[in-house]
Amino acid sequence: MVDEPGPLLRVRGLTKHFPVRGRRRCGPVRAVDGLDFEVQAGETLGLVGESGCGKSTTGRLLVRLLDPTGGSIEFAGRDLTRAGRRQLRPLRAQLQIIFQDPYASLNPRHPVGQIIATPLRVNRINPPGGTKARVRDLMELVGLNPDHDNRYPHEFSGGQCQRVGIARALATGPRLVVADEPVSALDVSIQAQVVNLLRRLHRDLGLAFVLISHDLAVVRHLCQRVAVMYLGRIVEIGDRDDIYERPQHPYTRALLSAVPQVGQLGPARWPGLTGDGTTPLDPPSGCRFRTRCPKARERCAVEEPALTRRDGGGQATACHFPDSGPLRPERVRAAA
Amino acid sequence: MSLSPVDGTVRAPIEPGGAAGGSRARRTAGRSPGQLVWLRLRADRTALVSGATLVLFLLVALAAPLIELAYGIGPQDQFQGKLDGFGLPLGHAGGVSGEHFFGLEPGLGRDVFIRLVYGLRTSLLVAVTAAVLTAVIGVVLGTLAGYLGGWLDAVVTWITDLTLALPFLVVALALTPMLTLRLHGQRDAVPPAFGVGVLIVIFAVFGWTGTARLVRGQVIALREREFVAAARASGAGPGHMLFRQLLPNLWAPILVSFSLAVPQFVTGEAALSFIGVGLTEETPSFGRMIHRSLGYLQTDPAFVFFPGVLIFALVFAVNLFGDALRDALDPKSSR
Amino acid sequence: MARFLVKRTLSAVLTLFAVSVLTFLMFFALPRDPVTGMCPKNCNPERLERVRQELGLSDPLVDQYAGYMKGIVTGRDLGGAQGGHCDAPCLGWSYVNNEAVTDTLARVVPVTLSIVIPAAILWLLLGVGLGLVSALRRGTWVDRAAIGCTLAGASLQLYFVGAVLLLVFVYTLGWLPVPSYTSLFDDPVRWAGGLVLAWLSLALLFSAGYARLFRAQLLETLGEDFVRTARAKGLSGSAVYGRHALRAAITPVVTVAGLDVGAALGGTVITETTFGIQGLGRTAVDAVRAGDLPTIMATVLVAAVFVVLANMLVDLLYAVIDPRVRLG
Repeated sequence: MVDEPGPLLRVRGLTKHFPVRGRRRCGPVRAVDGLDFEVQAGETLGLVGESGCGKSTTGRLLVRLLDPTGGSIEFAGRDLTRAGRRQLRPLRAQLQIIFQDPYASLNPRHPVGQIIATPLRVNRINPPGGTKARVRDLMELVGLNPDHDNRYPHEFSGGQCQRVGIARALATGPRLVVADEPVSALDVSIQAQVVNLLRRLHRDLGLAFVLISHDLAVVRHLCQRVAVMYLGRIVEIGDRDDIYERPQHPYTRALLSAVPQVGQLGPARWPGLTGDGTTPLDPPSGCRFRTRCPKARERCAVEEPALTRRDGGGQATACHFPDSGPLRPERVRAAA
Repeated sequence: MSLSPVDGTVRAPIEPGGAAGGSRARRTAGRSPGQLVWLRLRADRTALVSGATLVLFLLVALAAPLIELAYGIGPQDQFQGKLDGFGLPLGHAGGVSGEHFFGLEPGLGRDVFIRLVYGLRTSLLVAVTAAVLTAVIGVVLGTLAGYLGGWLDAVVTWITDLTLALPFLVVALALTPMLTLRLHGQRDAVPPAFGVGVLIVIFAVFGWTGTARLVRGQVIALREREFVAAARASGAGPGHMLFRQLLPNLWAPILVSFSLAVPQFVTGEAALSFIGVGLTEETPSFGRMIHRSLGYLQTDPAFVFFPGVLIFALVFAVNLFGDALRDALDPKSSR
Repeated sequence: MARFLVKRTLSAVLTLFAVSVLTFLMFFALPRDPVTGMCPKNCNPERLERVRQELGLSDPLVDQYAGYMKGIVTGRDLGGAQGGHCDAPCLGWSYVNNEAVTDTLARVVPVTLSIVIPAAILWLLLGVGLGLVSALRRGTWVDRAAIGCTLAGASLQLYFVGAVLLLVFVYTLGWLPVPSYTSLFDDPVRWAGGLVLAWLSLALLFSAGYARLFRAQLLETLGEDFVRTARAKGLSGSAVYGRHALRAAITPVVTVAGLDVGAALGGTVITETTFGIQGLGRTAVDAVRAGDLPTIMATVLVAAVFVVLANMLVDLLYAVIDPRVRLG
């Protein structure tokens, strides 16, 4: 397939509102409220944020498990946004997803070989050499014993099940994989193994990833670019090192400061978040973060800041009064 | 190699790459959830005993004509000569003897044993067929209602409520002659097979709601699970979703409702026969026999005894086995 | 909450409406000329025709149905042979019983109520008691015996149990009179004596299911964290059971009881036939056999009303207890 020019995935103004049923006359839940980002071929983008910021919803929107309320999604130059099942079919093979809960994402009644083969069967793809051989190859690729392809999910551990999920996502040879909290449900030691597997796959297969996670360390390890979400919008996006070392948005700074640093004693250097929690049902006017931002001023309540680049760099921030300069004056330890 | 503490299945350790594959050339088979249920059932003594009893009943029912051949007496044969002046059987316990294992019917003088054998046949035939039919209808409607939701779900739920609101016996009583007339015509001699058929239809029409409800609940619970979303993300259409993803996960509630339906229908058939609906007089039935026996309660109590105990044994065995089956399907239930 | 009530009431009314239409249609599909059933003795063809006219049986079905339903609300005029004007709620006239259907109902509904309600109380007490005992002695032989008993009880056939009880208590021991109905208000002792066997039979059968249900619920509740907390706080055993666990466990039992009672009130045909008592169930069966449309309609509708009301009450109870239901 000829590579089309331009980004592999382009998202413009992506919006998803969930209507609220019931007698309370409040507006819809604005889970995702205008996202703009791009992913180049072979690139990993991390999507971070706290619970409820809309990142999981975004993941499902990207693979069209949910229908967007507005905006557009373009994959390999084709518009996915309103595509019906028939039009989506050829694209589905190239755009896959890995889920958070390793056990729940596998049908307990199917042996894992059948689970991995399902995307092939559903898309009527017959790989050269046969489906069974392909399944065995995939299992080896993710580090599972191919002889176990007739075993059932309940006979595997969580980490192994997640590998099955990864193998399934890779079955059709996708170009982009959305990973929705792929390691959050696993033990820490297993997390490391799976994260390393993902890194290896990215390197060896040239896959593009959209990694959705609340775990900053995992994102730092895997992703080349990072987007920070808050209440359905992206507040900062840029290269990994820029984000982690020179975050400009107050929220990003707060997030990163909250990560305990080994070897650092004493009180936190950065004033923490203040104010009440917010809800996507009724986000604050203007800048959504203003109710918790220690730097908020009148302008923040009135005008919603747009995602703009400053200093001509690759980093864009949505803030009227962004910070500049490194997060910590002292040298930050690079991740392992 | 580690063993799962939960159910003793073999678990593979985490292995890097495929290196360890070579050291174990023999392929081990996985134990499907279905096989696990079967193993649990086999280990349950109650299940074994009641299951064996059921198999025995089933064999007797199937082999009824053979038994008749061996026994030498048919269900319609009358032995008026062995009744006294009041129509009561001679001898004790209602005429039990080496020739008539369970004695004779008062009044008509028919052999009780062979009538019970055929009665068993009728009961099981009606109950099992009706249970299968209700399972099929219930699964189809329940799955569609649960998966598609919306107006279909609302309609199915409402029909379920409606069916439950109607008094079963009365409506069955009214419907049976109607169906017989419409489908068979006004002729007098209704073949016994037809009576059985009408009964099965009535049960099917009333009985599917329980299964539908159970299946619907399970489908609603399943469709939110991530493996369903995963299949959809892979590009699966509704056909694949229903048959390959959902249906294999439904056989537990299907079995449960089947195991509940069979004794329900056995009882129902007997009850309907008791009030005189459905089956013809010549078709042997537990219910009818007990109804007749009420008139002889004081004079020939043995006549009540045999059919009563037998139908109790049948239903009890089914209930015991069904209970064991339900426990095997869901070992977390408090036992 | 109000919206919930309105929705349920609407659904209930719709169901009853559908029941009435179905019964009507069903009756007219019966292989019997409705008139012969409704005509008083010695009918000749002209009389038959006249009765047919009087009963409006030559009118289209829709009109007949509409007339019947209207009569329930406002009362209507029946022919002279049917007693003249029939006040609301007019349920028609039964030639078979030679009385207004409402009178028939007034006669038989108390009988069914007298059978079902005390039996229900009995089976609840028995079931809950048995369930409690077996839950508390879980795993011991008492528990296993109780479970066995409940399964056996659930497998019993009512007419068999009734027959055995009759044989033992009435015919052999003579402790009880032959079952019959006397109004509670006339002679309570005779009322009880005549019905106690029916109560016992029903109780034996139903309590089995309730014992299992209650036992399962109680065991589940006792395993819950809030019970462990109560124990950790130092509450004594009986306080834990009584105040906390029992209350949580009893709810499903009560709701199922409500549904069962509703269904049972619809006509305990088997019980009545076994013991020779004329209640709602038997009246319905007799009416079907005789082709007595007004009585059939009335009995089926009454049965449906009981079921629907019971369902509504149960739903209401759930809505009160579980806020998710009414807000969802």
